Amino acid sequence: MPAKASRVAFGEALLELGAQDPRIVTVDADLSKSTMTAAFAKAYPARAFNVGIAEANMIGIGAGLALAGKIPFVCSFACFVVGRFETIRVSVAYTRANVKIVGTHAGIAIGEDGYSQMGLEDIACLRALPNIPIIQPADETETKQAVAYAVEHPGPLYLRLTRQNLEPVSPPDYRFQFGKAVVLRPGSDVTILASGGPLFNCLKAAEKLEGEGVKAEVINVACIKPLDEDLLVRSAGKTGRVVTVEDHSISGGLGGAVSELLAEVLPTPVRRLGIQGFGESGDPKGLYAKHGLDADGIARNVMKFLNR
Amino acid sequence: MPAADLARLASIARDCRVQIIRMLTHAGSGHPGGSLSVIDLLTTLFFARMRHDPRRPDWPDRDRLVLSKGHCVPALYSVMAKAGYFPESQLITLRKLGSPLQGHPDRIMLLGIEAATGSLGQGFSIAMGMALGLRLEGRPSRVYCVVGDGETQEGQVWEAAMSAPKLGQPDHPLDNLCVILDYNKVQLDDFVKKVLDLEPVLEKWKAFGWPVIEIDGHDLAQIDKALDQAEAIKGRPTFIVAHTVKGKSVSFMENNPEWHGKAPKPQEAIRAIREILGVTEDDWTGYLERNPETAAVVKELEALEKK
Ligand SMILES: Cc1ncc(C[n+]2csc(CCOP(=O)(O)OP(=O)(O)O)c2C)c(N)n1
Ligand SMILES: [Mg+2]
Repeated sequence: MPAKASRVAFGEALLELGAQDPRIVTVDADLSKSTMTAAFAKAYPARAFNVGIAEANMIGIGAGLALAGKIPFVCSFACFVVGRFETIRVSVAYTRANVKIVGTHAGIAIGEDGYSQMGLEDIACLRALPNIPIIQPADETETKQAVAYAVEHPGPLYLRLTRQNLEPVSPPDYRFQFGKAVVLRPGSDVTILASGGPLFNCLKAAEKLEGEGVKAEVINVACIKPLDEDLLVRSAGKTGRVVTVEDHSISGGLGGAVSELLAEVLPTPVRRLGIQGFGESGDPKGLYAKHGLDADGIARNVMKFLNR
Repeated sequence: MPAADLARLASIARDCRVQIIRMLTHAGSGHPGGSLSVIDLLTTLFFARMRHDPRRPDWPDRDRLVLSKGHCVPALYSVMAKAGYFPESQLITLRKLGSPLQGHPDRIMLLGIEAATGSLGQGFSIAMGMALGLRLEGRPSRVYCVVGDGETQEGQVWEAAMSAPKLGQPDHPLDNLCVILDYNKVQLDDFVKKVLDLEPVLEKWKAFGWPVIEIDGHDLAQIDKALDQAEAIKGRPTFIVAHTVKGKSVSFMENNPEWHGKAPKPQEAIRAIREILGVTEDDWTGYLERNPETAAVVKELEALEKK
């Protein structure tokens, strides 16, 4: 399977699911070419609504459509859609409206456009809302299954997708399960938790670490909320050291969620890798190197954390 | 404005268009369409209107420009470089790691940028707050704000539109604020008319209490005159509707939604520059021989292609 952006896989999945389920509709805010709903809109023009550059309105319309029995996917860049946090808070979360919120262009990996277009705090914002699960798939296989799950899920949900291509990481027989994490590489010295964009780099980092005599367990936490508490606690108990890796602020994201869990259940040293401060313009490769999210950076930070 | 001044402005705008194409091509990404539609407005503001000093970007009495449609910041960088805020050679660091020339405006990394924009719909309110603050401080400064037509679909724009004619009244009316609509009729996904039509634009803004001036946003004399008129209006802010062409001066970009947000390839860029300079294909070689500066830009672009 070639590398594919999760936003592209999302667009393809939606096109297929749309044929089977007439309840599916899309609402966009002048970014349908970027969120990849354009193909759905072409196939089902009567079920696709581009409301202009008006994200708050888009979310509200989605809530209303949901209350009328539709399954709306409201789509924009992660920063803009979650930027309308208070609209999501009341119109979607508190209303218990069955809206599927899709945030693409997650993280600094979008590169050149710079901070204002990067979704870097979206997980932190939505983690605080009681009933919005957060799913961040890591490759095409997982994305397509996650989108299918989103249609079935009885309630609102957030899908966090990438602009950049993602190398396949899921085994061929992979089955996405809501609320479950998956061990992609077993190990005993340190647990590396990640999902989405940086996951492939974590696997590469684990290979490098192996060369240094460190057996890293790499777990795909596609479901950031709710967390697979059992699996994460078991792995932390086994390795005694946990590293979280995310293309998101180190505050309030996966690292925050894992730290909160372990602090209460099984206090374990945690190192959070991710973005500190604002993002910036640059080529995605250079940005990942600078912010320590490439394989070298992850491996280096793990070694430091283990005092090796 | 005397003909000689208009000719000077036209020549600056032409140079800036060349620089926009140059820097976007080096960056390999960015927004040419809206940068080319807004450049005549920015050129007139920076070189014939605003009181500003590139050596003192923090001068408290300066006039301010808030480019609310922040994705078109290459146009702003080109006029800032031309005015002397930073060397023109720096333009090709646009969007590169560590460059102060961020993909969207960053007021900490680059002095002279007045506000972080790039999330559409926010700059107008900031400009309004600035205008109010300057009035409260008793400063002579004027504030100019450029909004995109697609951008005005954002609700926050209409919150600002409703409040600006009233904010600060009666003692501190915002007649130091001038908002300019870059009405190029195209947004990201498609033509504005197809996505969410704004019409009737003039009537809407008038109904919200704004004096509205309608101009051709590529006619430098009209721009200059409208800015005069705006300055003369007391007691209220002014709204200028500038009809423009997205991708103006490059045939294959003009009025074409495809060129909203992609950079030209080097060969496309060279053709774009030739068209901007108004040179025919036959005369191009001779032109480059007579104009070493343009020849250098072209050579640089050709080198990019080999990379
Ligand atoms: C809040 C927000 N939503 C979406 C975007 C993505 N976006 C960037 S430019 C653009 C289209 C802007 O159209 P317009 O205002 O007409 O600008 P112009 O034609 O001058 O380029 C969009 C939707 C954004 N930058 N901010
Ligand atoms: Mg426009």
